[in-house]
Amino acid sequence: MSILNVDYMVGLVPILFRYLPLTLAMALAGMVLALALASALAVIRVLRIPGLNGATLLFISFFRGTPLLVQLFLFYYGLPQVLAFLTQINGVTATIMGLTLHFAAYMAESIRAAIVGVDRSQTEAALSIGMTNGQLMRRIVLPQATRVAVPTLMNYFIDMIKATSLAFTLGVTELMGATQKEAAGSFLYFEAFITVALFYWVIVEGLAWLQRRLETRLNEAYRR
Amino acid sequence: MINVRHLIKRFGGSAVLDGIDLSIEQGEIIVVIGPSGTGKSTLLRCLNFLEKPEAGHITIGDLCVDAAHARRDDILALRRRTAFVFQNYALFANKTALENIAEGLIVVNRWSKNKAHSRAHEILERIGLADKANAYPASLSGGQQQRVGIGRAMAAQADVILFDEPTSSLDPEWVEEVLALMKQLATERQTMLVVTHEMSFAQDVADRVIFMEGGRIVEQGPPSQLFQAPKDPRTRDFLRKVLANQPINPMG
Repeated sequence: MSILNVDYMVGLVPILFRYLPLTLAMALAGMVLALALASALAVIRVLRIPGLNGATLLFISFFRGTPLLVQLFLFYYGLPQVLAFLTQINGVTATIMGLTLHFAAYMAESIRAAIVGVDRSQTEAALSIGMTNGQLMRRIVLPQATRVAVPTLMNYFIDMIKATSLAFTLGVTELMGATQKEAAGSFLYFEAFITVALFYWVIVEGLAWLQRRLETRLNEAYRR
Repeated sequence: MINVRHLIKRFGGSAVLDGIDLSIEQGEIIVVIGPSGTGKSTLLRCLNFLEKPEAGHITIGDLCVDAAHARRDDILALRRRTAFVFQNYALFANKTALENIAEGLIVVNRWSKNKAHSRAHEILERIGLADKANAYPASLSGGQQQRVGIGRAMAAQADVILFDEPTSSLDPEWVEEVLALMKQLATERQTMLVVTHEMSFAQDVADRVIFMEGGRIVEQGPPSQLFQAPKDPRTRDFLRKVLANQPINPMG
């Protein structure tokens, strides 16, 4: 049994840094789009908008009920066969699409719970001074729901960063894809994958630290 | 100025408001009393459309709303002419005292933030909380929160402020400061419709006291008449029960 090739591992780090932007970009794009979609779905569920409510439930059920990998293959390999305009779809786009739809389904439920958790009397107070439903949501309910939802949503973001590694199965060379290529060239599989694992771990811990700081700030209004 | 005609509200099958007729003059202070569950709060909530009445007409100034056919614009307009003070304060937890008062001015009346904040500062002075402008509700006492709640209603410059048991959730130590603020508003002739169990407030401040039972107005009149010489046996019965543990001074 050979000992760990530390030099190889150290040498791998700058290579990984080159692919970090793509990984983060996919996760960020997915997160922003998923947040927007999830908020819309959550509001539809809370207000029980007729027609849309049922469609939303079906959407959530499907995207929570099927594996992300299956969804990615469906978008990348499957859809172009039935939808001609998607023949140009590349791996990055398909990944962002998949991450958006998949995580939006989960996040919609967290956001909905956070919205429902905002004290009902504040809703009445906002309505009583003549706010519209939209103003009420924007000014009173969503800011407070955000505070409740942030820890969960940050967890989904962390999960999403790790899930970008699936893009490698669509031929995208991101962190995981790059590592796979390096490992295939050097045959140092253990070194390569433990390095990328540590790399993901450090990113996630950095985000967890940010999350704690964000929560402290969001809780400012609630300190007695 | 305010005219309510034959207002009806049902929950399930039973009528909680069973044809309420009520006129309120500008500057009039009306206190509504009566046993629990007789529709006092529902009356207030219907005037603000927090509950949708099934039938009846509500007229405020030149605005007339037919409850059965109220459109969204009618409801918004009605809410902008009535302000509500809640039993549990219902302050916006994510906003400071100042922002709670300024919020409606900015969002509903489309004032600039500067103008709204300077008005909110004036109101904070009037309610005696100038030093709490930047405090969040969670750090205020119950009495202070309710005074901010009243401040928020004052800011709306509504035709009438509806008080729904404003002191019922308060620890006894905070009741007095809230009643004092309401009395101050009364001396400024702010039109008020107050549901309360504070009989001495009704006695001292009200121009008219309304006794409700079973979703109807049973009897109404100036406090001297209603407290000293109630005509209806139901009024007498209710007053005997509440005044036994809450005596009022007949001399005012």
